[in-house]
Amino acid sequence: MNDMRPVERIVDTDKPKIAARGCQVYYGENHAIKDVDVDIEDKAVTAFIGPSGCGKSTFLRCLNRMNDTIDVCRVEGDIRIDDEDIYDRKVDPVQLRAKVGMVFQKPNPFPKSIYDNVAYGPRIHGLAKDKAELDEIVERSLRRGAIWDEVKDRLTAPGTGLSGGQQQRLCIARAVATEPEVLLMDEPCSALDPIATEQVENLIDELRQNYSVVIVTHSMQQAARVSQKTAFFHLGNLVEYGETGQIFNNPKDPRTESYITGRIG
Amino acid sequence: MPVLWIVVIIFAISVVGYLIGRKRALSMTDDGARGLHSLPSYYGWNVVMFAAVPSLLALAAWLLVAPLVIDGRVSALLPNETIPQVSTRGLVMEDVRRLASGIDAAISRGALTEDEAANIRTDFTNVRARLGEVGVALGSEPSQAVVNAAQRYRGLSAASGIWMTVVVLSLSAGGFGLAYSLTKAEFRARNTVERGILALLMLASTIAILTTLGIVLSMLFETTNFFRAYSWQEFFLGARWSPDFRGNSDLGILPLLWGTLYISLVALIVAVPIGLFAAIYMSEYAGPRLRSVAKPLLELLAGIPTIVYGLFALITVGPLIRDWLAQPTGWGESSSSVITAGLVMGIMLIPFVSSLSDDIINAVPQTMRDGSFGLGATKSETIRQVVVPAALPGIVGAVLLAASRAIGETMIVVMGAGAAAAQFQGGQFLNPLEAMTTVTVKIVSQLTGDTDFASPETLVAFALGLTLFVITLGLNVLALYIVRKYREQYE
Amino acid sequence: MSDATAPATGPAGVRVKKMSLLEQDDRTKRRNAAEKRFQFYGLTAITVGVLALAMLLISILSNGLSAFSQSFVTFEVTLTQEQIADAEASVVKTSKYSAIIKDNFQTALAAQGLADQVSVDDAMGLISKEAAAQLRNVATARMGDDEDVSRSFTFLTNGRIDGYYKGRVTMETAARDSNISPEQLQLADQLREAGLIEKRFNWGFMTMPDASGQRPEAAGLGVAILGSLYMMLVVLCLALPIGVAASIYLEEFAPKNWLTDIIEVNISNLAAVPSIVFGILGLAIFINFAGLPQSAPIVGGLVLTLMTLPTIIIATRASLKSVPPSIRSAALGLGASKMQSVFHHVLPLAAPGILTGTIIGLAQALGETAPLLLIGMVAFVREYPAGPPEGLFDPASALPVQVYNWTQRSDPAFFERASGAIIILLIFLLFMNALAIFLRRRFERRW
Repeated sequence: MNDMRPVERIVDTDKPKIAARGCQVYYGENHAIKDVDVDIEDKAVTAFIGPSGCGKSTFLRCLNRMNDTIDVCRVEGDIRIDDEDIYDRKVDPVQLRAKVGMVFQKPNPFPKSIYDNVAYGPRIHGLAKDKAELDEIVERSLRRGAIWDEVKDRLTAPGTGLSGGQQQRLCIARAVATEPEVLLMDEPCSALDPIATEQVENLIDELRQNYSVVIVTHSMQQAARVSQKTAFFHLGNLVEYGETGQIFNNPKDPRTESYITGRIG
Repeated sequence: MPVLWIVVIIFAISVVGYLIGRKRALSMTDDGARGLHSLPSYYGWNVVMFAAVPSLLALAAWLLVAPLVIDGRVSALLPNETIPQVSTRGLVMEDVRRLASGIDAAISRGALTEDEAANIRTDFTNVRARLGEVGVALGSEPSQAVVNAAQRYRGLSAASGIWMTVVVLSLSAGGFGLAYSLTKAEFRARNTVERGILALLMLASTIAILTTLGIVLSMLFETTNFFRAYSWQEFFLGARWSPDFRGNSDLGILPLLWGTLYISLVALIVAVPIGLFAAIYMSEYAGPRLRSVAKPLLELLAGIPTIVYGLFALITVGPLIRDWLAQPTGWGESSSSVITAGLVMGIMLIPFVSSLSDDIINAVPQTMRDGSFGLGATKSETIRQVVVPAALPGIVGAVLLAASRAIGETMIVVMGAGAAAAQFQGGQFLNPLEAMTTVTVKIVSQLTGDTDFASPETLVAFALGLTLFVITLGLNVLALYIVRKYREQYE
Repeated sequence: MSDATAPATGPAGVRVKKMSLLEQDDRTKRRNAAEKRFQFYGLTAITVGVLALAMLLISILSNGLSAFSQSFVTFEVTLTQEQIADAEASVVKTSKYSAIIKDNFQTALAAQGLADQVSVDDAMGLISKEAAAQLRNVATARMGDDEDVSRSFTFLTNGRIDGYYKGRVTMETAARDSNISPEQLQLADQLREAGLIEKRFNWGFMTMPDASGQRPEAAGLGVAILGSLYMMLVVLCLALPIGVAASIYLEEFAPKNWLTDIIEVNISNLAAVPSIVFGILGLAIFINFAGLPQSAPIVGGLVLTLMTLPTIIIATRASLKSVPPSIRSAALGLGASKMQSVFHHVLPLAAPGILTGTIIGLAQALGETAPLLLIGMVAFVREYPAGPPEGLFDPASALPVQVYNWTQRSDPAFFERASGAIIILLIFLLFMNALAIFLRRRFERRW
């Protein structure tokens, strides 16, 4: 059952999956994100690191327009996914979020059964023609979330009855059920114990074979473990962006080096 | 001695006690107030407490118990033969009491001397006329037995009054003395006084229990009287309600229960959708300006007394429904109907449902909504498929509480639903444009009618009240249980 | 164990998933339409609620505002001392005074040249039957004076005349009505032109006692307002101390044992008991068992106290809870006893919330009707109760009960009176709630 074949999907390796230019974010009067330019690759894990309040989560939430739910938040600049400006007026955030999935810091399964948690996304987007196809999608997603074997016998049990790590994997399964192309993860392991963290990190490593994963983390060690590219944010600016190995061993910007060596943060 | 004077004397003793107690305490040390355990005023209050509290409690108890004891003793004097056929012992005792107080009034106004009063013989004296001269009205000429009983009553009351004065005042003086002797410098007056205050506070909080006990006992007592005169099977299972003051009534509760439930159902059909949607819109969609206008306006509906709703139903809604709905369709004639009362009651319940639902919806954590948005759901999908199911137990609890309120409502149905009970033959009881009365309306009408209090037609009101109490209590407990059981999933 | 790399396409074949974000697919369009419909339902619900409120208020106002103005007739009346003595000596005093009014009215009509329009009795029919009592009051006050009484009197017009000027009675209905005739109405119009009849603000509506079913024009709220006032007094004097004492005990001193649990359960149950059950309690215990007089404000006050206690207790406990523990700790740290810390520090800080809760509780009690019906307050009461404390035991009425009473009468003029009474009730409630909100804003502390 361990099919290691990658997904059949057309991937243009020259162009970045997500391209941001001149991105600004304002919370009321507060200029939270200043002039961010970044290219995110497909089929890779990109990590956003930086001290608290540097804006990494804020920028992450720009990528699936979750900031729209906050009244005082204003986003300017150009953010393109597959070369389409996601802030274009014609774009419906509802469709965007089917394509760009999100996993949150604290696991937030719905108070429904495990099956219904995963089936929720496909149901509202009309991805399944009938029950058989829905069952298939659910099983596939739970497998992708590395949790199928643990829950396959109790799909009708409530999702809130699982342990912390299982809940987070359930949320990941739920997110991939809508067949996204990008997965955004906002500090997915910060609420988990070390064993659960390891399980989720292994999962992330496998997920990158099918999705473009962007993960925000406050743990440099985690970024070093799972990501291929790393972006360092500081006080709303994107200070440095490059290959993970280079950022951690050979940072170019003194601020990056201060953070890496623990002088700031 | 009149009660007022006793209270005044106790008050005077307390005031004096305060001053003296305080003074004595201060005199016990060389240091003035610093040598005392507590502040000087506490020593004063200590004396007040000992002087006033036991004696006032004794006074209250005596006033409550003495009439019962005297009644019992005098009633035993009346042999059964002296009670006329059409009357009861209780009514004769009332005559005795009235005669006794009448004789007292006559003596105080000089129409009778003490001697004359002691020796009244009904064959010689026209008691009724003599008392009528001083403005004391008696229904009929009293018999000798009643006169004798009245004399005894007066005698016992007078003796009781004297003893009461003696006992209460000596309790007060004794308390004074005791507290005075306790007053020393090391005496922990503050602790004693505070213990006394704590006892008073605890007493105050037991009023809640006493009230519930009072409610249950008062209804239970008369209900058992009712069930002695009318079988409980026919009450709970009877399908006809037609009281007859000549006796031989049909007193089945089922028609009334049906009316109550039908009207409450209509009210909930109106209130729950409107209240729920209003709450959802105000908490999820509305901007702060709309919320600050709409919320107080809906709360206003909650503050309007039910008599106003009743008048609204009677004057405006009833005729409107009759003219536009009942008469054109030919289904009803009167302006009182189930729809009239149900509609107005529903309007009254809107803010109830809305504000409870608002609290419940706000309690659903934001992360749940975020999770749904992150999957690409629209706001209405999130509300319908995530928020409301999560809040469902609380919403069910709110609906049950609203139902309980609707079932217990009185004025709106008195003025909007009429007095005719539902009839189960034919389909008439299903017609919402028909007038159908409820349990609460009948409680009012049976207790404020002219029928004799001891008759089953009047006593049935207590049985109805007890049934109502049990139903609403059951609904409230159920609502609380549901809310509590499902709240745990968030904590 | 992990299948994160399972293919994204199912056995059904390759599904074309690449779609431009710039186009809305059909399903999304439908979902957005559903979203708009949902918002519309919500807005409609709010609108329905607000419209119902508006309809309620408009209906009450339109029916009741006219109760505050009344038609009066004014003319000269001469009352000699012999007439007064003669009337007071007779057994049927009011008919003597009626005759005096009749004569004087005829004189006034003659002065206007209207004496022959209708018969003398019919002319008298324009004036309210209450007028005789009004004249008697002045007469008995001036009895034994040196001079005769000679001045102009203002009397209420008959209920039907008043209805005529308020649109309830027309020439057509008067033709069928046994209490008034079209000729009388015409006379009234002429008197109006002559200035003898005019519509004025009716203070009597709020001060006069209730009147019998045939005299809706003379029915007033005086006794009812006084009765309600007495009951509020009783509630304030009883419910506030008991409620605060109970709250202090439960919040600060009560140990967590079964007795406290039972008390708390009882309080929350009592808050949800239907009001009519309290009426049954009042009837059974206060009237039957304790023998208090029926229809007396003391009984109503006691019943309302029991009903208001849960409200006051809940509000007081919330206020006490909101005082931060640091205040209590500070007091205890200085060596105060627990009771001193509560009474010297916590209670004064919680006072605004307690006050607000009490006012709201009183407002609720003011509007209660059902329990008062059961303790006999439906009785028709014409005398004002005496001043407290004796007056608490005299029979009285209450505002909401008076409204109910009036709606049970056959004359439709009483509907106008009932609506007017409700306007007064709502004004009182508005004032009390506004006061509560004002006090809360003014004195509320945000910890």
